Amino acid sequence: MVVPSDNHEPRIVGFLCNWCAYQGADLAGTSRMAYTPNVRIVRVMCTGRIDPTFVLKAFSSGADGVIIAGCHPGDCHYSEGNYKTTRRIAFLRKLLAQMGIDGERFRLEWVSAGEGAKWAQIADEMSAAIKEKGPLAWRENLKEA
Amino acid sequence: MPEGKSDVKIGVYICHCGSNIAGTVDVEEVTGFAQEQGSVAVARNYKFMCSEPGQALIKQDIEELGLDGVVVAACSPRMHEPTFRRVCEAAGLNPYRLDMCNIREQCSWVHKNGATEKAKALISAAISRARYLEPLERREVPVVPAALVVGGGIAGIQAALKVADAGRKVYLVEREPSIGGHMIQLDKTFPTLDCSACILTPKMAAVKAHPNIELMTYSEVVDVQGYVGNFKVTIRRKPRYVDESLCTGCGICWEKCPWKAESEFDCGLGQRKAIYTPFPQAVPNVPVIDPEHCVYILRDGKCGACLKFCEREAIDFNQTEKMVEVEVGAIIVATGYDVFDPSAITRLGYERFPNVITSLEFERLCNATGPTGGHIVVNGQEPKSVGIIHCVGSRDRKYHEYCSRVCCMYALKFAHLIREKIEGANVYQFYIDMRCFGKGFEEFYQRAGTEGVTFIRGRPAQVTDLAISEEEQGKLVVVCENTLVGAVMRVPVDMVILCPAMEPRADARDVARLFNLSQSADGFLLERHAKLEPVATASDGVFIVGCVQGPKDIPDTVAQALAGAAEALALIDKGSVELEAATAVVDEAACSGCKICIPLCPYSAITFNEAEKRALINEALCKGCGVCVAACPAAAIVARHFTDQQILAEVEALLVDARPAPAEV
Amino acid sequence: MKYVYYPGCSASGTSKEAEESLQAAMRALGVEWTELEDWNCCGAAVAIGTSYLLSLALPARNLALAERAESDLVTGCSRCFMNLIRAVHYTHENASVREEVNELLAETGVQYSGKARLRHLLDVIINDVGLDVVAERVTQPLDGLRVAPYYGCCQGMWTYAQFDSTEDPHCFDQLLATLGAEVVDYRLKTACCGGTLSMSRRSVGARLIGDLLAAADDADCIVTACPLCLFNLNSFQREAGKIKGTHFNIPVLFLTQIMGMAFGLPKKALGLQRHVVPVDGLYEKIAAGAAVSSSAASASGAR
Repeated sequence: MVVPSDNHEPRIVGFLCNWCAYQGADLAGTSRMAYTPNVRIVRVMCTGRIDPTFVLKAFSSGADGVIIAGCHPGDCHYSEGNYKTTRRIAFLRKLLAQMGIDGERFRLEWVSAGEGAKWAQIADEMSAAIKEKGPLAWRENLKEA
Repeated sequence: MPEGKSDVKIGVYICHCGSNIAGTVDVEEVTGFAQEQGSVAVARNYKFMCSEPGQALIKQDIEELGLDGVVVAACSPRMHEPTFRRVCEAAGLNPYRLDMCNIREQCSWVHKNGATEKAKALISAAISRARYLEPLERREVPVVPAALVVGGGIAGIQAALKVADAGRKVYLVEREPSIGGHMIQLDKTFPTLDCSACILTPKMAAVKAHPNIELMTYSEVVDVQGYVGNFKVTIRRKPRYVDESLCTGCGICWEKCPWKAESEFDCGLGQRKAIYTPFPQAVPNVPVIDPEHCVYILRDGKCGACLKFCEREAIDFNQTEKMVEVEVGAIIVATGYDVFDPSAITRLGYERFPNVITSLEFERLCNATGPTGGHIVVNGQEPKSVGIIHCVGSRDRKYHEYCSRVCCMYALKFAHLIREKIEGANVYQFYIDMRCFGKGFEEFYQRAGTEGVTFIRGRPAQVTDLAISEEEQGKLVVVCENTLVGAVMRVPVDMVILCPAMEPRADARDVARLFNLSQSADGFLLERHAKLEPVATASDGVFIVGCVQGPKDIPDTVAQALAGAAEALALIDKGSVELEAATAVVDEAACSGCKICIPLCPYSAITFNEAEKRALINEALCKGCGVCVAACPAAAIVARHFTDQQILAEVEALLVDARPAPAEV
Repeated sequence: MKYVYYPGCSASGTSKEAEESLQAAMRALGVEWTELEDWNCCGAAVAIGTSYLLSLALPARNLALAERAESDLVTGCSRCFMNLIRAVHYTHENASVREEVNELLAETGVQYSGKARLRHLLDVIINDVGLDVVAERVTQPLDGLRVAPYYGCCQGMWTYAQFDSTEDPHCFDQLLATLGAEVVDYRLKTACCGGTLSMSRRSVGARLIGDLLAAADDADCIVTACPLCLFNLNSFQREAGKIKGTHFNIPVLFLTQIMGMAFGLPKKALGLQRHVVPVDGLYEKIAAGAAVSSSAASASGAR
């Protein structure tokens, strides 16, 4: 049982594209920037690969938050993948809201290969925001509903 | 294909990476944890997994234990995935059965607390994914034995010559009317004080004469299609209005042309004609007509002096822009740098005072082919004292944080040249640090010290003409704190030379997009690995050389150019290149022919098979981005190596410690 | 438009005319201008020499008070602006600094969360009120008056507020041009007047003031954007003259004073009687200028 407590550290799953965001996160590493361990990364080749079921799987498996990070618009390694992502996520967000997963728990960010600092900052901010909100405890909430 | 989890035998290898990982992550604990996971036949840890003995460990296990899959938990897959894939292959295991887990860049290096727990979750996820990884076959395609070099400065010239000398065809595309770049604008070069033109013009001539080099000046790359080994490049050839095949470079046209314009080559300090070559040693020595200053073009047929005087009838106002398509196997981008505009820093007076100039402008003054014939004059007079201000726009959080690398050295060069040309001139260097790191550089610096150059350590607050004493009247005063002495100084000089930052080109972003490259945080183009792959990029087959990758001097530029040539030749000589195996494939049984995927592919890799009424993906064109996979409503497209099954298993296992006990699952 | 305003010690004391004219000018522009209740000194140039924390906490308290009043804060004193924007910036950049400052502020019963924005008077006049509104209020255009706009050195902090260039600002020039004045290219427009050195190190302060006055020799008056600069340039012209070996007699005005003059507001309302260097000569010049332009207008038939 996930014990809700003051010390609950959020679990956040990050889907990062290989060419920009993942490389940016690597850069944060080579630069030895310290940030929260609460974000766990899944590498995809392009954010355009991300199926909504991945996001839903993450939440239903116990994630308190999900972040998708890809290349800045116009810089997608595969030309337009991130544009498709933007549209899909807009729709997915509405769906998630209906399930009670709102705002801070689901983020879409653009992180370039040179933006290690930005990645570290996003991870910290998101973790802090979700920590304040508390665990999602989706299964438990769904059961109650 | 494994039916269920129990069938698979996975080996897990956890790297200490010296203390890089082991210093923060408890590798023993993690190894024990991995051993307990389902499907794991063996779990080991070792100091350096990528080393010979480390690789041998894996190879031995594959062979002796008959492993079906390998998980290596170590640095980023962007670092060593190819290394460990080779190990698997050598041991007889398909390289795509390897899953790498990043517990260094994204774990041990960034988390002081919680690294071990996170490592366990990441490894658990990698193991889960590894269960479902399948063997994939690599495809090979032939490489077009030709290279494209973009940019005709010293970097592009050197790269082109080396590839051409190896017997390969090179297309050299240059935007300006002549090759030579910035280097041909320079006077002498440090630390040897070689005349820049003397060492460069022979190379420029060699380019022109080389049977393997097709030189296209006054041209730009406008489109790049294809992939490594098989690029299709479209080049726009701008109209010169002069027929290159007829022109002999005699010069009568520009002699007779009555219309003048500011010379870009002379940084606006001198003039040129409307029909011009940018400098006398231009290659090709064929002029271009500037449509913004040519009266024949502007006023519909008025003038025409050049037409009249050209004995070869080479002037052709009917020329239009031409698009040319070439096929190459490798591309070398050598588009160079721009110079920071110091007018942004108003207190240094660049715009206000005509005797505050940039280093590039000074090179033109100093150069015998420049607007003053090599005489250093300002307002018609020789300066008796010169102040040289370092780090203008460099090492500056407001403009560029980086150091531009070459300025300390050329500032010393200037001091030497000024004192050589103007007897008894006083030269003051306003510096933060003296960076003289290269071969012969320190010696050059020591020499400057004996030549009566004054070094003032401090960043000038201001260059002003408001005199407060008799000796300052009519001069420029550099106001600066001398930090070694601890006093504010006012240094009156006749001329100030600013050392502006070397910047990425104004259109660096467009160039990056054109060639599918990234920019680093400072705006220069991004290399694949800062130390080990300085000229390769994330886009296979495209290489960056010279200052487009970052500020550097001529020796380093040439070294990179040669490196880029070697990369291109390695690709071409191999003759074939392996394509991405992790492409998408349509499961024909599931495809309903809805055609949603067809327009989504940026590479037009998906076509509709009319006969079968199914979507069909061309494996040679597919890059494996997965956009079509996510879009298919029937989940009929499978993204090899990144299947739904693999990713979902990975996600679930990633959160193993966030859920109720396994019994409930 | 309503604003909560931080006058600062100079504007309420030695440069009272700055305060008086500001109230008058802003009223003429139709802006409601309330003084921040219970405000304290921003720390001027002194606090930072005593304690870094104090140099941030003193201005932060005023921002916290503005927050409590649920308002942004405007100031017409450049020095105060600099101290206040430092507090805004450094507490924003650094969480531990913000904590320390708020610990100190807690003792006075307020907290600063960073919500209250800080605005400079020039920013408000030009960007909120608008130069066209200012132009409408002008009844006595300053034709023929040559004015040197003196921004002072503290505008260097405008980077954080981002409403004008710090290397080469122009907002004040624009405002003066709208009032009809001929704006002189004042070379020392961002140079330091010496601040409190005019009192603690008279010789240094007087020399700096002298440089500023000398550089304005082709102007009829200097207009400042800071009440402390106003005090300095006004009050030490004799000492400055001694050091420079000359005699200075240049009227120095505050920006809202010259605005008030152009609006035709009464001299008393603008505190013009307080000046060390009399400003009556300026009125004569303005009248003369008006005469010239009206005769030129009737000559050409159009303005």
